[in-house]
Amino acid sequence: MFNSLTKGASAPERVDALRAQWGRRLVLGVPYFWLLLFFLVPFMIVAKISFATAEIAIPPYSAIVEYVDEVLTFNLNMGNYLFLADDEMYLEAYLTSIRLALVATFFCLMLGYPMAYAMARASGRQQSFLLMLVLLPSWTSFLIRIYAWMGILKNNGLLNNLLIWCGLIDQPLQILNTNIAVYIGIVYAYLPFMVLPIYANLTQLDKSLLEAANDLGCRPWQTFFRVTLPLSKGGIIAGCMLVFIPAVGEYVIPELLGGPESLMIGKVLWQEFFNNRDWPLASALAMIMLLILCLPIAFFNRQQAKQLEVSL
Amino acid sequence: MTSVASTTAKRLRMPGFSTIVLIIGLVFLYLPMFILVVYSFNASRLVTVWAGFSTKWYLELFQDEQLMGAVWTSLRIAFYTASMAVVLGTISAFVLDRFGKFRGRTAFDSMLTAPLVMPDVITGLSLLLLFVTMADVLGWPMERGMLTIWIAHVTFSTAYVAVVVGSRLREVDRSIEEAAMDLGATPLRTFFLITIPTIAPALAAGWLLAFTLSLDDLVIASFVSGPGSTTLPMVVFSSVRLGISPKINAMATLMILAVSLAAFVGWWFMRRSERERRASLARFG
Repeated sequence: MFNSLTKGASAPERVDALRAQWGRRLVLGVPYFWLLLFFLVPFMIVAKISFATAEIAIPPYSAIVEYVDEVLTFNLNMGNYLFLADDEMYLEAYLTSIRLALVATFFCLMLGYPMAYAMARASGRQQSFLLMLVLLPSWTSFLIRIYAWMGILKNNGLLNNLLIWCGLIDQPLQILNTNIAVYIGIVYAYLPFMVLPIYANLTQLDKSLLEAANDLGCRPWQTFFRVTLPLSKGGIIAGCMLVFIPAVGEYVIPELLGGPESLMIGKVLWQEFFNNRDWPLASALAMIMLLILCLPIAFFNRQQAKQLEVSL
Repeated sequence: MTSVASTTAKRLRMPGFSTIVLIIGLVFLYLPMFILVVYSFNASRLVTVWAGFSTKWYLELFQDEQLMGAVWTSLRIAFYTASMAVVLGTISAFVLDRFGKFRGRTAFDSMLTAPLVMPDVITGLSLLLLFVTMADVLGWPMERGMLTIWIAHVTFSTAYVAVVVGSRLREVDRSIEEAAMDLGATPLRTFFLITIPTIAPALAAGWLLAFTLSLDDLVIASFVSGPGSTTLPMVVFSSVRLGISPKINAMATLMILAVSLAAFVGWWFMRRSERERRASLARFG
């Protein structure tokens, strides 16, 4: 259709082709413009404000570019980044976030993979029902599901009462407000996001390969480790990224379930922003978090939502 | 032949391990919600002590004007968000599936997938700073509130809708669209008369997903909201921070009930249409 733009085409054909081309541009332009304005541009503004100085004003930061008395000045304040590098608490918070997210992602995978495997093995009608069962919790409120664990894990909560009643412990265990509670929270909240891409991947697996391995004398566990597992790599990566990246920046879970030891970067950012009203420092924290996460995010982009496609 | 295949299939099956884990996983997913539901009917304020059946927390819930106001605000934002996100997400998925290569495709691609994993605190902070800067430079938006929350929610739910709709678009049989075009329908007409009806179930699923995502968001809304636009998660969060409250249990129960009902109805319809499709295939195929 677009080849008719070349010289040999008659006038009406060229008008049609031009209209089609502009139609395309218009259709593409709307979502493109929206995402550019509300997704990409904001990051540039965060980058800019991370070089400002906090002030008691509205908005509470200094201007980067000033034009006063015919003098154009750029006030780039490196102070926020230097401050972050200087104070060990921030470094600690980044490391804690990454560590907690890594461990939680690992447990999520250990629980999620067998679940996805069993689902992919179920019969057709069971599959759609199981898929709904796994997804249903993620449609109810995230906040409510985290809240549910508060009642279970606290010192006089259900879990401790159960353990004491069984005679396993005498004194209630401190679980709420520790890292263990944060792990449970992350695994619980993000489990469906791990199961889904792995399940989608496993259902696409070519069954004849398994039969071939079987015919060639592989034991079931050998077939699993040498055929199924390597072939489901894409699903595993997508699932791990879907859990790890948001978990690093998690705020609600460490706030409600964690304690002083679970100082995650999302929580620090929130406090700097809302409690200290230090917008430039919060921006600098966000920039560094973005820097840490940009590699995993790029990785996820490449692995792409392709793994997610089958069913969300 | 069949018996050989079935014995192979049986031997291929992993010994029950994965099934056991699946059951454990499902119990793990559902037990906390089940406990919430049970304790919403507890007469005692203490969550750990059972003091008899009562529905007084539900009464108290409906009398809480602040909470009910927040519910209304959240529902309205979620409705508008889902509607806009379906439009943008469908266009985006269509563009990615049908337009082939165009300049800036990679950038478009990554702007559409990155919101799926971007931590909420970063999205929230960056959008707030955008709104503040825009108010400074353009004088708009003067006040932060429902409109800014709506923009923020549309931005991240568009990505999810695009995934859902995109997966359906790839399965669509394009010959019908091509036939319509050959018979003289314009691309726009073809899109509305052929493509939209074929992907309607995915549009509905995407709309519902965007609706729940918007209804659920606490962090981004906290950043970009203004005075007078308190959403439900914000009210719940401020109450939950102070500890367990049976009223929240009652609300959670209603929410779980609504979602499960919607999910089961959706699943049932899907299964029925699948069965009909299979029956007609058997008849004509």
